[in-house]
Formats: sequence, structure tokens, C-alpha cells
Amino acid sequence: MTTPTFETVAEIISETCELPREEISPQSHAIDDLGIDSLDFLDIVLAIDKKFGINIPLEAWTKEVNSGTAPAEQYFVMENLCARIDELVAAKG
Amino acid sequence: MLLEYFQMIDTVTGVDREAQSLSARAAVPDESPVFEGHFPGHPLMPGVLLIETMAQASGFLVLALNGFERMPFLAGVKEGKLRTFVEPGAVLDIEATLEHDGSGFAVTRAKIESADQAICNANLTFRTMPFPKPDFAVMIRERAREIGLEDERV
Repeated sequence: MTTPTFETVAEIISETCELPREEISPQSHAIDDLGIDSLDFLDIVLAIDKKFGINIPLEAWTKEVNSGTAPAEQYFVMENLCARIDELVAAKG
Repeated sequence: MLLEYFQMIDTVTGVDREAQSLSARAAVPDESPVFEGHFPGHPLMPGVLLIETMAQASGFLVLALNGFERMPFLAGVKEGKLRTFVEPGAVLDIEATLEHDGSGFAVTRAKIESADQAICNANLTFRTMPFPKPDFAVMIRERAREIGLEDERV
């Protein structure tokens, strides 16, 4: 079972990267499995920011992953990405 | 404009911080080494330099809005449309509007008109990052001052 956030994000990724929607699952890793590069990821973040009215802290996430303080899976596996989005939406109030 | 030095903006004519937009003006030079190749006997402003002009106007907008703290580097050009030819001597009115201020990136819409005629437009994506070295920041601030852009924070 998937969440509405996952459905929305999967649709955005499918459209932005021209990926078949059925290839995107909650367990997909955006980079390792879906092959999304950093420039396409900017387009995805832009679309997510606009759709959900949030500002994904992509730079901070990237810094955490690059410095080893957070595993990439925490932000770039679909179900985790969607959980982070839900947190940002909830924090927005 | 000094095409061979990539100085594409002559003057910033306005910054609307509320609307997050910037307007600028630039005169295409009557003569430039660029026109010797583009094209011999038929000088035309290269389309890539029109894109660059929109990118620089957008870049100065992003700099003005972030207080010159981070440098925008062009990363993407979408929906770029070059609508008509631009000849030496044309005066260009450039407008850039911030579409989205993301984390480490910014997106703008930009367009150029000349004598009220649409010349080109595009949606531009920039990566924004700390200046690679202090001299770079000084150079950019100096260039901004030359074209009349104040570096005050919003």
C-alpha cells in the first residue's frame, strides 16, 4: 500500500525523468535504482517544493550524506523521501 | 555590451524586491570580433549570447536577493525561444523574475525585448553556492557596482 505523498512524488519523478511509473516503488533508491542525476533531482525538488508548498533542505541533506552523518537512504529512498516530505508539510502547520 | 569579455549587461534599470524581479538594458555593439565569425558579411548576435544575457540578468537578480552571499551558476535552460534576429546596434531590454528560491538552487524566468518587440525568453535554473574564492566575490561585486546594482540585502 502506498501513500498519497508517494503517488504524487512518483508521478513527478515519472514525468520529470521520463521513467515508466511502474518502475518506481517505495523501496526505489532515487540515484542507485532510478538513475536520477543531480540536475534532474533539482527539477524534482522544484516540483515537490511547489506541489507541497515546502522548501526541501536539499543542500543540508547533501552535506549530511557527503560528510557521512546520514546514510543516503535516509533521504533518497522513495519511502524515506516521502516521510521527510510529510514531516516538512507537518512542520509548516 | 562587450561580447568578447562576456559583459552582457550595461545597466541595471531597476530591482523590484517585492516582485523579485530585475530589469536591465544593454546595447549590442556595432562592431565586435564575434561578428567576424557570426557571420562574415552578415553580423548577427549569437543566440547563445542572448541566453547568456538572460542568465546574467537572472544571476544579478539572485545575487541582489541573497545579499551577494552565494554565486549563481547556470545549470539549466528550458523553453528557450529565440524569436527573431538581433543585429549590431540593437538596444535590448532584459527582464528576469525569480520563479523559485530553492535549497542550493534558484529558478528564474527571463526575457528580452528590443523596441517593444519580443526577442527571446527562457526558464533558467542556477546552482547557488558559496563563492569559490574571495577574489571572485570581490570581482562580482565590482561588476555589479559598475552596472548600477546595489548589493543591499532585501
